[in-house]
Amino acid sequence: MADIMTPTLGESVTEATVARWAKKPGEAVRKDEILVELETDKVSLEVAAPSDGVLSEILADEGITVEPGAILGRVTEGAAAAAPAAKSAPAKVEAPVAAAPAPAPAPVAPVAAAPLAPSAQRIVAENSLDASAIAGTGKAGRVTKGDALAALEARANAPAAPVAAAAPREIHAREERVRMTRLRQTIARRLKEAQNAAAMLTTFNEVDMTNVMALRNQYKDVFEKTHGVKLGFMSFFVKACIHGLKQVPEVNAEIDGQDLIFKNHYDIGVAVGTDRGLVVPVLRDADTLSLSGVEKGIGALGKKARDGALSMDDLQGGTFTISNGGVYGSLMSTPILNAPQSGILGMHKIQDRPMAVGGQVLIRPMMYLALSYDHRIVDGQGAVTFLVRVKEAIEDPQRLLLDV
Amino acid sequence: MAQYDVVIIGGGPGGYNAGIRAAQLGLKAAVVENRGTLGGTCLNVGCMPSKALLHASELYEAANKDFATLGIEVTPKLNLVQMMAQKAESVTALTKGIEFLFKKNKIDWIKGKGRIAGAGKVEVTAEDGSVTTLETANIVIATGSEPAPLPGVTVDQVRIVDSTGALSLPEVPKSLIVIGAGIIGLELGSVWRRLGSEVTVVEFLDRITPGMDTETAKTFQRSLTKQGIKFKLGSKVTAAKTTKSGVDLTVEPVAGGEAETLSADYVLLAIGRRPYTEGLGLESVGIVPDKRGFLPTENFRTSAPGVWAIGDAILGPMLAHKAEEDAVACIEAIAGRHSHVDYNLVPSVVYTAPEVAWVGQTEEQLKAAGIAYKAGKFPFTANSRAKINHETDGYVKVLADAKTDEILGVHMVGPQAGEMIGEYCVAMAFRAASEDIARVCHPHPTRSEAGRQAAMGVEGWTMQS
Repeated sequence: MADIMTPTLGESVTEATVARWAKKPGEAVRKDEILVELETDKVSLEVAAPSDGVLSEILADEGITVEPGAILGRVTEGAAAAAPAAKSAPAKVEAPVAAAPAPAPAPVAPVAAAPLAPSAQRIVAENSLDASAIAGTGKAGRVTKGDALAALEARANAPAAPVAAAAPREIHAREERVRMTRLRQTIARRLKEAQNAAAMLTTFNEVDMTNVMALRNQYKDVFEKTHGVKLGFMSFFVKACIHGLKQVPEVNAEIDGQDLIFKNHYDIGVAVGTDRGLVVPVLRDADTLSLSGVEKGIGALGKKARDGALSMDDLQGGTFTISNGGVYGSLMSTPILNAPQSGILGMHKIQDRPMAVGGQVLIRPMMYLALSYDHRIVDGQGAVTFLVRVKEAIEDPQRLLLDV
Repeated sequence: MAQYDVVIIGGGPGGYNAGIRAAQLGLKAAVVENRGTLGGTCLNVGCMPSKALLHASELYEAANKDFATLGIEVTPKLNLVQMMAQKAESVTALTKGIEFLFKKNKIDWIKGKGRIAGAGKVEVTAEDGSVTTLETANIVIATGSEPAPLPGVTVDQVRIVDSTGALSLPEVPKSLIVIGAGIIGLELGSVWRRLGSEVTVVEFLDRITPGMDTETAKTFQRSLTKQGIKFKLGSKVTAAKTTKSGVDLTVEPVAGGEAETLSADYVLLAIGRRPYTEGLGLESVGIVPDKRGFLPTENFRTSAPGVWAIGDAILGPMLAHKAEEDAVACIEAIAGRHSHVDYNLVPSVVYTAPEVAWVGQTEEQLKAAGIAYKAGKFPFTANSRAKINHETDGYVKVLADAKTDEILGVHMVGPQAGEMIGEYCVAMAFRAASEDIARVCHPHPTRSEAGRQAAMGVEGWTMQS
C-alpha cells in the first residue's frame, strides 16, 4: 500500500483544495500517472501515482481542503484492477534506506473530517461560527479551543462583513451560477485587500517609442541569432523600471506595521494572462540580468504560466510588478497594486499619434504609462520621478547602457 | 546484500520494541543482547522487579496498618524469600514473553556483546569468546544506561548497593541510607521502609525529585515524611566506609559546615543513571559521545550514516517508555516513514504510595518560559472514591494556557496517579483544552473524577470542592 501524499505547496501556502480525481477507487493506475488535481491560492498542481497498482481508497474527496503531507488516498501496489481493494498483508516496505533523506513534516489529515473537541463545539455553537472555515492546528489538523477562540477574535476584529456574506441570491431564468475557482477567489480577495490597505492612486505619463523601436529593428535579427530569443519591449521596460526603482527606492519597498521595509533586490513580477486567470510570476534578481536574460526569463515564466506549471516559488516574493494591458489593446488603465508591493507599472498599446516635436507636428509611436502607487509610502514627487525615469530610459535607451 | 536490514544492539525496552517494529515493517532484524534474558534493565533489574516489590510491600504495610481500620484483624508475617521468589517468577515470565514475541516476529536474538566494527558491521562476542560478525544496512544503538557512580562511595553490592543490589537484599535492613532523592531512590527506599527499615534519604539538592513540579514535590515529600522516611537535603556524601555490620557515611552540608557521620546497615546509591555507551566500537564509525556519554543524534541519526541510537543512550528522559517511543520512531524513519517523538509528552511516574505522575511542563518551566497559564487543582480529600478507600493524600493539578486554555502540564499525587496520567497524555497529544476534559463525562465514583474537577478549576468552575 502506498500513500498518495499532498506535496509541498510553497513557502507560505498552507492548504490546497482537491479539485478532481482522475480515477475512481478500484481502477488500475500506473506509476507517475496523474491521479488527482489540487488547486491552491495561486496554482493548480497535479499529483501522480506513487506506484503501479490499484487506487484502493480516496481519503480526500473533491472539494476537501488538505495540507502538505496529508494523505490523499492510497494505491495498493501490484494489485489487479478487477480485485477490489481488500486490506492486504501488512505493509511491505521496500528496500530499507541506509541514510534516508530527512523525514517529511508530520502528515496531516483533512481538517473537515475531524470532529470538534468539546470546547471547540461549544464555542462554535454559542457563536454560530463556521467550523469548516476554522484552520485547525491540533493533531491531524483538528480545531483546538485556541483555534476556535482565535476565529472568534478574528471575527470580532474583522471590518463590517462584506455584502456578499448574505445568503446566496436566487438564480433567475437565463442566469447561471458558477463557483469561483480558488484562483479566482484569491485574485478577488487579494485585489480587494490591496485596495483596502493602500492609499492607492495612479500617475500617468507617455513615452515616445521611436528610438527603442528603431534600436529593436536594427538589432532584432542579430539579437535573436546570438541569444536565441526575440528582442521584445518588455526587457527594456524591466530594465527601465529597475533604473527608476534604484533612484526612487520607496517604490521598491513595503509597509510592515509601523515600519518600512526597503528591498535591495529587484524581483520583478510580470503579469501574465492565462485561461485560468491572471498570474504574476516573478523574475528574480532582474537587475543582474542582461536584456537577453530578461527576455529568456519572461519567456520561460510565460510558458510555465500557460502550461499551468508554475510553482509557488515562481509566484512569491516580487518587489515590483509590470502589467501590460497593451497586449489586449488598452490605451490607458489604472492597475491595482500587487500587495504588499508599493508600485505597479501599467504598459499600454503603442499608437501612432501626432506629437509636437521641435516645433513641428510629427507622427510618433506613443505609449501611455501608468504608475499606481501606495501614497502611504511613495510621495507624489517620487512617483512622478520614477515614471519620468522610465520614460527617459525608453525614449533614450543609451541611458540604460550608461546608467544615467 | 547485507545479512540484515537492521541490527539492534541491546535488548531492553528500546531494543526489543525496535526489533518488533522492524519485523512488522518487513525488515530483517536481529537484536544483540549480552544478558542471559531479554528485556534489559527495565525487565530484569529495574521497573519490573521494583514494581513487584513495591506492590508486595504496599500490601504488607496495608495489612499491618490499614486493615484494622477496615475491620480486618490480621498480624502479617513477612516472608522475604517468598517475596523475592514471586518477584523473580514475574520477571522470568515477562522476559520469556519477549522471547516469544521474538519468535513470533522472526527476530534473531544474537546472544553476546555487540560492538560496531565499521560501517554496516556488528561484531558479537559470545560468552564462550567466539566472535561472529553481522552485516547490516542499519545499526541501532539501544544499549541503555547503568547506575551512575559517586566518587568516594564504592558499590560492593554487599553493604553498599546500587538499584540492582537493592532489589535483592538478603534481609530487611534495620537502617538504610539512600543517597539521592530521585525516583529510583525513593521507590526502593519506600520498599524497605514498608518492610521495616529505618530509611534516611540524603540528597545534594535542597529538594527531592528534581524535574518534578516544585509544589508537587513538596506535597510528595510531606507524604513520605509522614510515612517515616527521613530527609537530609542539601547534603553531600564525601566518603563511605564499610564496616563488618554496616556503612559509615561522611556527609557534609552543601552550603558548608561541619561534616557528620551517618551509619546504617546498608547504603543504596541512587544518584541517577548514565548512558552505557563504552566499548561499543563507536570510534570505528566516528561517533563521539558527549561529555556525559550520551550519543548526539538528530531524529535518532548519529553522525555516522546508517547508525542510529535510541533510548537512554541519547538525550531525553531516561525512561523505558521513552525508549519504546524512540524505537518505533527510529525504525519507522529507517523504513522511510514519518517519525517523531515529542519528549514534552513523555509522562513520568513515581510508583510510591501515593504515586506521583506528571506530563508536560511544570509551573517553574512555564514561569521561566514566560508563558501565562492558569491552574486548576483538586484534592483527593474531596474525591469520593479516595475518601471511601481512606487514601486521600494528594491532588491533581492542571496547568493550561491563559489564552487558548490548551493543557500545558498536569501533575498528580495520589494512588494510581500513574494510571490516571494517560488520559492527559492523550488529551495533550490532541492539544486539548482544560475545558475539553472538563466537558467529558467521567465514571463515578473514581479517582479520575478528580482529574476532571481539576480541569474545571482552570476556568474556575470546580463543582465538588
